[in-house]
Amino acid sequence: MVCVGGGLNLNFSEFRRGFLDIFPMTLAYAPIAALWGSVAASKGLSPLEAVLMSAGVYSGAGQFVAMDLWATSMPLALFIFAIGTVALRHVLMSASVSRHIAGFPRWLASILLFWLTDEAWAMVERRALTHPITVSYYVGVALPLWPNWILFTGIGAALGQAIGDSSRIGLDFAFAAMFIAVLAGFWKGPKTAAVLIASSIFAVLGKIYLPGAWYILAGGIAGIVVAIITYTKGSQE
Amino acid sequence: MSLDSHTLLLILLMGLATYSTRIVGYWLLRGRKVEGRMKAALDAVPPAILMAVIAPTVFLQGYAEMMAGALTLAAALLRLPLLVTIAVGMASVVVFRLVLN
Repeated sequence: MVCVGGGLNLNFSEFRRGFLDIFPMTLAYAPIAALWGSVAASKGLSPLEAVLMSAGVYSGAGQFVAMDLWATSMPLALFIFAIGTVALRHVLMSASVSRHIAGFPRWLASILLFWLTDEAWAMVERRALTHPITVSYYVGVALPLWPNWILFTGIGAALGQAIGDSSRIGLDFAFAAMFIAVLAGFWKGPKTAAVLIASSIFAVLGKIYLPGAWYILAGGIAGIVVAIITYTKGSQE
Repeated sequence: MSLDSHTLLLILLMGLATYSTRIVGYWLLRGRKVEGRMKAALDAVPPAILMAVIAPTVFLQGYAEMMAGALTLAAALLRLPLLVTIAVGMASVVVFRLVLN
């Protein structure tokens, strides 16, 4: 049981724990943000527009897709729909995380969920395996990526030229490495294996045959369906 | 610094579309008692989504990424700190790319 009082008392050590958990990702994100900024500049966005988009949309995947579609003759509604579909995985993520932040006041949770990125969410789920989630932890884990993303977007847009190749120092693999590390904590036996196998197969097929970020949803839903099928009453999983 | 009104509109709509996906799951489930199959489904969200995000990176890019993924997993299963695990992943992908490509 997560009590509201315990969640709302701002606790520095909880904040610090969250901040330290997400800190490596702020480093990994800086070059990605700068790269996006330089792409945005090449599409004709001013640094101010690029910074506003990073602050207001705050979705790496969504913003890269937006730049792919920028200045095409695509109708406005279809463009927004495309951005929304890229973000659809958040529906599942916020459904899952709702159980860990059930003690937050509804208004506060609704505001804080604006900062629910893949990385912050992964950290919250990881933490929730062993600890209740406090507001302080959530703020510590979710907020630092935002100013970082905005700042480096602005720098990239101002420089306006292709930023160096981040794969040289393995930065492009940092996200995969972090997700693998978090993933390891969710292992609960053969049923988890079934979920992971289904998710991998459908994500890989989705990556090959579907446009945009649909592969995430394809893999995610396949894994969830397997979990529903393999569910047995009274099991601990 | 220029700010085009059409661009501002697009930013607002994109922001709304993205934000609504971030709260809808919460709003649908908040205050509900989650058990049985529903709980099993939600418990599967983290592994299923995390796996789906990384599967193309690890399985489709080449042997270097596959090997680095395996080493990262080994580091994670040894319960090394997160930062160390990420460092293992990044260092190993650089080395495997040099060796294998």
